[in-house]
Amino acid sequence: MIAAIAFYTFASILIASAVMVITARNPVHAVLFLILAFFNAAGLFLIAGAEFLAMILVIVYVGAVAVLFLFVVMMLDIDFVRMREGFQRHAPLGAVIGGILLLELFMVVTVWRFAPEAATLRMNPNPEGVTNAEALGRILYTDYIYLFQTSGLILLVAMIGAIVLTLRDRPGARRQNVGEQVARSGSVSVRPVPLGAGLKEIGIARPPSPEEAAPRPVEHHPGGHH
Amino acid sequence: MAVSLAHFLTVSAILMVLGVFGIFLNRKNVIVILMSIELMLLAVNLNLVAFSAALGDLTGQVFTMFILTVAAAEAAIGLAIVVIYFRNRGTIEVEDISTLKG
Repeated sequence: MIAAIAFYTFASILIASAVMVITARNPVHAVLFLILAFFNAAGLFLIAGAEFLAMILVIVYVGAVAVLFLFVVMMLDIDFVRMREGFQRHAPLGAVIGGILLLELFMVVTVWRFAPEAATLRMNPNPEGVTNAEALGRILYTDYIYLFQTSGLILLVAMIGAIVLTLRDRPGARRQNVGEQVARSGSVSVRPVPLGAGLKEIGIARPPSPEEAAPRPVEHHPGGHH
Repeated sequence: MAVSLAHFLTVSAILMVLGVFGIFLNRKNVIVILMSIELMLLAVNLNLVAFSAALGDLTGQVFTMFILTVAAAEAAIGLAIVVIYFRNRGTIEVEDISTLKG
């Protein structure tokens, strides 16, 4: 009974926040509703008995993906009012296609049933007396090790791709060029300096430039912020 | 009144339809389209976890984890493309993205 109440609570909030994600006027609100949807989906995962995936969902989706969305939405200066033009124009087409899809999915759900021998065809039966995380770890690092490594590779490629895409060279930025420094000759030399003599007396100290010598007078703007 | 597989399937079907509807509704805003795709992937994950729980088979949960990985990579790359497109063109409207004349 308590599981049913929890299920209906999580499911209704999940669907309501999904509706808000696609209809919210402000994209920041849409991202926040997306976070709420992920939390409620994690609750549904818990009810289904997948505790580890529920925690992973909170960590990966709420902690990384949704925050990434939030950063991008806040960073880009977009005219969101113009973005919403055509909202009503496209709605009927979307409603028709969504209705057809929903109808088909419900037809599948009502007609479909398990094959009689489904219980004997299980690849990795849920072991008894083991926590969900341990049971997942037992098969993830043995039977699915290649897929696990491949997913790590996918993440690496995505990381490199995102960095390469967004890295930009600003003109005028000063960088240290080690090769140029090492290859420099002529202007750098070792000179014997007599002990006890100051650099100024020998004459190799850099003469102070005039603008450095005289400190600029500080201008005060009454009541102004800089 | 226990929670059965059909309950989970219904919720994920509605979630999937909402994701598709969101793509049609926000035809101009790439960021909301990406969020709709995330919703659809969430519906798929919910389906896999529900079947995994109903059958007592852990394979579905393993695959859910891989889908999570791919979804995270997809979001990172998609948002990076959105950021550089905005930097180059000053807009992210889908209808303006016609440089390739495809």
